[in-house]
Amino acid sequence: MNQSSITEQSWRQRKRAIIDNVARYTIGLGGISVIFAIVLIFFYLLWVVFPIFQSASIELQNQFESSFIADDARYQVIEESGQLALRIQKNGDLVFFSMQTGEEVLTESIDLNGASEIAQVVSIDVEGKRLALMLDDNRLLFLQIAYRVNFVNDQRVLNPLVSFPFGEEAIELKDIDHIRHLKVIRNEERLTLLAIDTDGQLLLQSYEVEDGDELAEPELTSVQDIALNVDFMLVDTAAHWLYLASRDGHLVFYDISDIEAVEQVNQLLLIEPGRQLTKLAMLLGGNSLIASDDQGTVRQWSLQRNQKNEYRLADVRGFKSSAELDFLITEMRRKGLVTVNQQGELLLYHTTADRLLLKEKLSEVAVRRVNLSPRANKLLVETVDGQVSVYAINNPHPELSWNALWGEVQYEGYDETKYIWQSSSADNDFEPKFSLAPLAFGTLKAAFYAMLIAVPLAIMGAIYTAYFMAPKMRGVVKPSIEIMEALPTVILGFLAGLWFAPVVEENLLAILSLSFVLPVGLLLFAGIWAALPSTVRRLVPYGWQAALLMPVVVVLVWLSFTLAPFFEALLFAGDIKHWMLENFGIGYDQRNSLVVGIAMGLAVIPTIFSITEDAIFSVPRHLTNGSLALGATPWQTLMRVVLLTASPGIFSAVMIGLGRAVGETMIVLMATGNTPIMDASIFQGMRTLSANIAVELPESEVASSHYRILFLAALVLFMVTFMFNTVAEVVRQRLRKRYSSL
Amino acid sequence: MNNKSAVNNVKEWWRSGEPWIWLNAGAVSISMLVVFGLLTLIAVRGLGHFWASDIVEMRYLTNGQQEKVIGELVESESIGVERFVESGYGEAPEGLTAIPRWLVKTGNRDLYADFRWLTEHNISQQSTPDDLIVLERVEWGDFYGYLKQVNEKGTLVAEGEAAWAELEKRLARVTELRAEIVSLERGAIGAINYQLEDLRLDRKKLELSNTATEKNISRIAAKEKALDAEYQTLRVKLAELHTAIERDSAHFEVMDGRVVELSMANFVSVLKPNAMNVFEKIIHYVHSFINFLRDDPREANTEGGVFPAIFGTVMMVLLMSVLVTPLGVIAALYLREYAKQGPVIRLIRIAVNNLAGVPSIVYGVFGLGFFVYFLGGNIDRLFFPEALPAATFGTPGLMWASLTLALLTLPVVIVSTEEGLARIPSSLREGSLALGATKFETIWKVILPMSSPAIMTGLILAVARAAGEVAPLMLVGVVKLAPELPLDGNLPFLHLDRKFMHLGFHIYDVGFQSPNVEAARPLVYATAFLLVLVIVLLNLSAIMLRNHLREKYKALEN
Repeated sequence: MNQSSITEQSWRQRKRAIIDNVARYTIGLGGISVIFAIVLIFFYLLWVVFPIFQSASIELQNQFESSFIADDARYQVIEESGQLALRIQKNGDLVFFSMQTGEEVLTESIDLNGASEIAQVVSIDVEGKRLALMLDDNRLLFLQIAYRVNFVNDQRVLNPLVSFPFGEEAIELKDIDHIRHLKVIRNEERLTLLAIDTDGQLLLQSYEVEDGDELAEPELTSVQDIALNVDFMLVDTAAHWLYLASRDGHLVFYDISDIEAVEQVNQLLLIEPGRQLTKLAMLLGGNSLIASDDQGTVRQWSLQRNQKNEYRLADVRGFKSSAELDFLITEMRRKGLVTVNQQGELLLYHTTADRLLLKEKLSEVAVRRVNLSPRANKLLVETVDGQVSVYAINNPHPELSWNALWGEVQYEGYDETKYIWQSSSADNDFEPKFSLAPLAFGTLKAAFYAMLIAVPLAIMGAIYTAYFMAPKMRGVVKPSIEIMEALPTVILGFLAGLWFAPVVEENLLAILSLSFVLPVGLLLFAGIWAALPSTVRRLVPYGWQAALLMPVVVVLVWLSFTLAPFFEALLFAGDIKHWMLENFGIGYDQRNSLVVGIAMGLAVIPTIFSITEDAIFSVPRHLTNGSLALGATPWQTLMRVVLLTASPGIFSAVMIGLGRAVGETMIVLMATGNTPIMDASIFQGMRTLSANIAVELPESEVASSHYRILFLAALVLFMVTFMFNTVAEVVRQRLRKRYSSL
Repeated sequence: MNNKSAVNNVKEWWRSGEPWIWLNAGAVSISMLVVFGLLTLIAVRGLGHFWASDIVEMRYLTNGQQEKVIGELVESESIGVERFVESGYGEAPEGLTAIPRWLVKTGNRDLYADFRWLTEHNISQQSTPDDLIVLERVEWGDFYGYLKQVNEKGTLVAEGEAAWAELEKRLARVTELRAEIVSLERGAIGAINYQLEDLRLDRKKLELSNTATEKNISRIAAKEKALDAEYQTLRVKLAELHTAIERDSAHFEVMDGRVVELSMANFVSVLKPNAMNVFEKIIHYVHSFINFLRDDPREANTEGGVFPAIFGTVMMVLLMSVLVTPLGVIAALYLREYAKQGPVIRLIRIAVNNLAGVPSIVYGVFGLGFFVYFLGGNIDRLFFPEALPAATFGTPGLMWASLTLALLTLPVVIVSTEEGLARIPSSLREGSLALGATKFETIWKVILPMSSPAIMTGLILAVARAAGEVAPLMLVGVVKLAPELPLDGNLPFLHLDRKFMHLGFHIYDVGFQSPNVEAARPLVYATAFLLVLVIVLLNLSAIMLRNHLREKYKALEN
């Protein structure tokens, strides 16, 4: 062997070693990363869901000195994106200033038509884009603020535009002097004006308007005397309800939908007697009032209609602040509250979730002015020393809390607490109802009915197949049922929804009677068979009973379907569904739990069957042989020896089947009406967690509360099925150990 | 035998447990009957769809008037007297508790309702005239009627007996023209549109990267102009084809006596089912089945074929296999051959096993959140900023669907491969190592070839599961109607970002979201049959492979 071949060989050896090492690390890395990817599923779901459970936070963004004289300001509002704020001075100056630096961007002076100053500014819409300026000579001027977006060097620049929808001429208010409270509501083509003067007179005027036109004479007008000493006046955006309250907490509310027939609906005390009502605000949508007293108690009063069609306000929920509130602001797009109390503490609260999201001290110095941006993500706080602080609020999911997700919630417009899932609606001021309870209930209900069908059939079938059946027949039965497991659930669902549901509806009695007819009929046949002479019995060898019974089952089913109409006519006046509704009030839904239970039962039977069969079949033979040798009948051996030994295996089969039933999507999606109701009746449908995800996730906005809740539903499904399966697997492994030791 | 001993016999029989055994046997019988009943139901309904059934002409009595009804008898049922009256049929006939009625498909959706329930006792004079024609149309579904005459550009060409031959002849021409139109629209014009879109994105890309020089822009503009010119000529050609296909028309008499003129551009096939013998019907059956497999869907998926759905399913499954096989095998090799066996690996094994039981919708949620929005969104920002805000990969599509299903079926492949690896006797490994092979050489040359049937079994099971899975796909990529296939003649040929159609979803969509469920039903059964057939075959082959594998190692072990 020469030198070169040796080096060549050693080089080859080295190459082999290198390849071996590379493979070791590649496979190691690959294997670990595949396992990591699988674990990632859990952590990614958790990561998406996690923000739900975080509370809100605020962060100081900018601070600057206010350049205004405090008493001159009449109104201040933040624009949509939170870049600019508008301040209206009493001399008619509209000052737009930057929220970053406090610098003035634009100042527009409006002509006050000879009046000396602005007395009051009333916002017509929630976001302060349409304003009514009340001049000190009892005249009104209407303003509209808009912002034009430009991009200068990739920077968003906002240009404020001020316009006068009803002309620059101020409008004289007739019939009323010395206005104390003023409200203006714009509802498409109708402008409603409400004013209360110092004498306690209420004036209502309604105008038909169009932008650009001058305000004509009021179309309708009425004047009322109000007995109450009004300190607070609130009107909903539809100009349907008017709420008047005095400082001692008395509230009177009126139906003003017909201005010429204003009607007092009800009156009540909003706070405990002896206290002072300090703030009263209206929640988004105008169906709830938020009242706070001088002790810092904040309550939500919600408008409800009882069975007699009477409206009333009900104390729904609230929270307690440690001191009296100085500022109470309702969010413009959600049912949330932003409050600041006398100790300078900021409290964020959400009504539906009944959740206090944040409590944070803003300043040691007393607060003079607080503004919230329309998106509720910026807060402008001005203290009495002229310092202005701009905070960013991070509060993406205030509407979610443990109680909102799983508990019974008092929603607006309902007269009692309820579990409701209703994630979206056409309205902007809609209150999202995110209770997972009806969905979880539906999931369990569907799984329960499926198990009711599947467990007896699968376990009994498995017992027979493993223990009594002739091997030849077993060779056919087992693979057939296992093929059933691979049958796509979309096919089972489609058959259930389109073919089986109408069949059940037509033949309800026949289907129901099967649960009775089949076992009794089969037993009866067994009895007759046993009484037959042995020559006949020998025709079917032991272990082939199942084959013999197939025609019997067919005949029994046929009998049920043929005789059912006769019995239905005899016992249930021809229509069992009608009869149930008449006598017991049980309604019938075509795509109901019975259909789902049978269809999903079919999907679960193979799973349970196959695992149970394995468990029973692998019970060691010497155990059964011993029992039989001691004189026990096959049935006794089965009950006392085999099943006892195999019971952990059967348990794990049921657990795995349950896991499958809980997560099944297509069958429930197609075979139920998908209405999220909580009704245990077998003749009603349901909506399950999985079907809900399939229906709603594609339309859900990324990172919204709705999106995260659907992820939470997926996480719940993941954890529940993973738990079921793990328990089953552990039990099975222990069983295997026991078998090997036997 | 006296009474007492008979009672005793029954008692003894009861106590022996024999009845319970019979009851258990009954459970097996019920399960088996259900399995085979379902498969038979799907097969019969699915396959029956393609049979050219006879068309029946009959007299039907409504409101005291006889009217002529032409149609296909679809199914019959009996309804109770009460429901009969509720349904507005009027008085129930005497002496009947259940009234049989027929669902008749009368077709001609453009003229009147295409399905009617007729009560049997009002039907009389049933006949199947030979010259009744079934017309399959591009729009409005099937048409039933008598052929009266054939026109060319509004002038009569043939009528009476001669019309049928003329119709068949001219239909062949129309079919050819239609194929030409489709190939022009899909092929040449589709390619031009695709290139134009590419150029638009190129231009935007240049603008974004600040390299939009005069030269670059004019180059793109020149290309656009050339394409536009090409498009104009093609459009003229297309317009010519459209006029040509509209040339002929035919007159038919329908059941209410009206004579209607139909443009032949709308005809797919004509048939005289009543005049056909069994042999002809069988040929027609095969033809319609093949057309079902290779045609595009029509009329909101309720008619035509399912080719795009088959194609989408196959593409998705192929891609998934390419992804899942190496990953699954590597993971199994790691778990079985490289990792140190201990409690941690046992835990991982249980976890992997359990993932097979996690609901598929959870994988869909993960796929949508992680693959589509997170990965896809970032890919779009990094590589396709010119297309934004329109998403390229940040929207459900073929790639994400395949990846999601690969993740879903990974446990199946891992478990099956591991089982195969465990079955290989360690003597083989030791022998290989003793001969001086490295570990990897042993695995590569000995272990993997021997475990390949197990890997195949796992893969087949994975494919079977993926082919039937619908819930996760609804979130990550299937659509009811995909205008383009994921594979076509435009570079880069395979479009991983496109949405696709899927057999399983097709069943759900047509069966439950379609506006005319009654008309769509036969097609849903046919699609279901196709899907079941594929999945049952796949599973049977997996079972056979597994048995074969077991036999093989039995021989080795001895």
